[in-house]
Amino acid sequence: MEHYRINHLRELEAESIFVLREVVAQFERPVMLFSGGKDSIVMFHLAWKAFHPLKVPFPLMHIDTGHNFEETIKYRDDLAEKTGTRLIVKYVQDSINTGRAVEEKGLNASRNVLQTVTLLDAIEELKFDCAMGGGRRDEEKARAKERFFSHRDEFGQWDPKNQRPELWNLFCGAKNMGEHFRVFPISNWTEMDVWQYILMENIEMPSLYFTHEREVFCRDGAWMASAPFMQLKSNEKVEVKKVRCRTIGDITCTGVTLSEANSLEDIIQEVAASRVTERGSRADDKRSEAAMEDRKREGYF
Amino acid sequence: MSGKDHGYLDMELLRFTTAGSVDDGKSTLIGRLLYDSKAIFEDQMEALEQASISRGGEEVNLALLTDGLRAEREQGITIDVAYRYFATPKRKFIIADTPGHIQYTRNMVTGASTANAAVILVDARNGVIEQTRRHAYIAALLNIPHVLVCVNKMDLVDFSETVFEQIKADFSDVASRLDDQDIHFLPISAKLGDNVVDRSTNMPWYSGETFLGLLEALPVGQDWNLEDPRFPVQYVIRPISDEYHDYRGYAGRIASGVFRVGQEVVALPSGLKTTIEAIDFAGKSLDYAFPPQSVTLRLKDEIDVSRGSMIVDAANQPQQSQEIELMVCWLNEKPLVVRGKYQVKHNSNEMRCIITEVKYKVNINTIEEIHDDLSVGLNQIARITIKTTKPLFFDSYKKNRDTGSLILIDEATNNVVGAGMIL
Repeated sequence: MEHYRINHLRELEAESIFVLREVVAQFERPVMLFSGGKDSIVMFHLAWKAFHPLKVPFPLMHIDTGHNFEETIKYRDDLAEKTGTRLIVKYVQDSINTGRAVEEKGLNASRNVLQTVTLLDAIEELKFDCAMGGGRRDEEKARAKERFFSHRDEFGQWDPKNQRPELWNLFCGAKNMGEHFRVFPISNWTEMDVWQYILMENIEMPSLYFTHEREVFCRDGAWMASAPFMQLKSNEKVEVKKVRCRTIGDITCTGVTLSEANSLEDIIQEVAASRVTERGSRADDKRSEAAMEDRKREGYF
Repeated sequence: MSGKDHGYLDMELLRFTTAGSVDDGKSTLIGRLLYDSKAIFEDQMEALEQASISRGGEEVNLALLTDGLRAEREQGITIDVAYRYFATPKRKFIIADTPGHIQYTRNMVTGASTANAAVILVDARNGVIEQTRRHAYIAALLNIPHVLVCVNKMDLVDFSETVFEQIKADFSDVASRLDDQDIHFLPISAKLGDNVVDRSTNMPWYSGETFLGLLEALPVGQDWNLEDPRFPVQYVIRPISDEYHDYRGYAGRIASGVFRVGQEVVALPSGLKTTIEAIDFAGKSLDYAFPPQSVTLRLKDEIDVSRGSMIVDAANQPQQSQEIELMVCWLNEKPLVVRGKYQVKHNSNEMRCIITEVKYKVNINTIEEIHDDLSVGLNQIARITIKTTKPLFFDSYKKNRDTGSLILIDEATNNVVGAGMIL
């Protein structure tokens, strides 16, 4: 017998695919921002599904802080090669070398904020008129007010108080010269949806998301991965723990979680039982109550 | 591994919108819902406690949870629609939380446009007031299938059944002048949690569902139009590769109705008839597809189909016309200009139009027509006629939210200035 119901994941999938197709139809030079994290992996998977049997009709772009988990880079390169997708990598180090960006100082120094400079320069240089990102509205309260199609002025800035209304499924990408759009195809997904979808679709994930032994240290109650460019305070010491990443970003501001989860089912159980949000250990959000809004206004992801 | 092995992969999605004013307890209700259904995390609670204390409050102000922007927190008002998410073992919920001030009709319309259900808050002490009528009108205008009228602050009227019944009667009187919707009434106290997630012990006279229970039980599967097959084409997929040399697929999302392989269809605007050869989705073939699925259709004959075309059932076609009558909600500070030209976006189709006439405006507080002042400004709702540069293929909004809605765009600023519901 025929039935006319789809579950919540298939409905989210259908919505995201609709948005991705609108992007390709409405913009001349779209690009998909790819960090190698779970959200961008899911977003890319959706793009693959949206245009099949056509290859993904836009390039991927990674804004590389240089402070990466090695495995992320390998995953990124393999994915691009396997699917025949063009990959653009832009380095924050280049922005620093040319004096466009200045390295932060101090113990909590991070290149997270500097990515905005590199990103906006790349958008201008390569004349992209739309950059898709894996941002989700459930991640953070400034993101909760973000549109699917989010307008950026000629300075790449977001004006949260003056956003264009977005009604029904009518996404409007009209703009003037020099302006661009940020589009967030998985706006309506939660962390749980992302993991359930990865399980349902059996998407291969970097092993960083599963339990592994790693050198870590504890800062302000959060576990951080140890890396050569991280400075330790006198009371912090490196130890080996069983951990996994709940989000993957720049090492300097991505916490790891003590975890024994070694399958997607385990991760889903862990997410369901968790009492802190995934960004709870993101040092970049803890800088102030409006840290994300401020970065987004400037043109952050 | 298939989704069938996992119970939690089998949830439905329900989108609802909440409308209310300052002080009627809307944010408290959402906060209570998230808190009691354990959707607020520890770090969010911690941030909330911090923020409440720094603003001089004594108890945790759940309203601060939904005010995401700096200006909102500083001014203590909600400026924009905020989207919230939570899930129970039965359903995943998306809340479009909209501010309820009169000047923010535009936000309410935005939040309502994709909602399966509208939650309308009534302060038990004040009963049905102007603002309640406004919310009821917008919920009806936007054709939201289910309406939940939450009579809040029951603790302040001694949990009185008489008060509740009076409000129910007053609201039903308003609703009778609007369209048929599935309306539910609930007596609650968001502050104390009565009938939000947990059943109230203070109101034994109420035997209905709790707020969450009702949200979990609303029959959302029936909200889709399965009668009228409409497929707006978004994008043409032509790989031109060795493997898929002659592949030509029409990518889109099914707006309404069911499409089957072998079905006789017509492609508009050409009007040429053909049959559906295949329904593709990411390398798989489907026998049939239904809303809101995104798929790729292949047709038996090579006919002229591109973005903006609509594939429809040969025996069930939409209306087509260049003169369209619609209700419009104006979304911009710059007022509507009669004889003015605007860009129209309707499904994947774009064209220009002239606003030829304003028939009347609606006083949304009294739901009465205004005929003497026809100027249409921000947050006002009017019945208008437009003339488009090419034919529009549409159904009435009441029948079909997808093919019956359109937006008007200012050609100079590219701003979305009007939300239209075709009559």
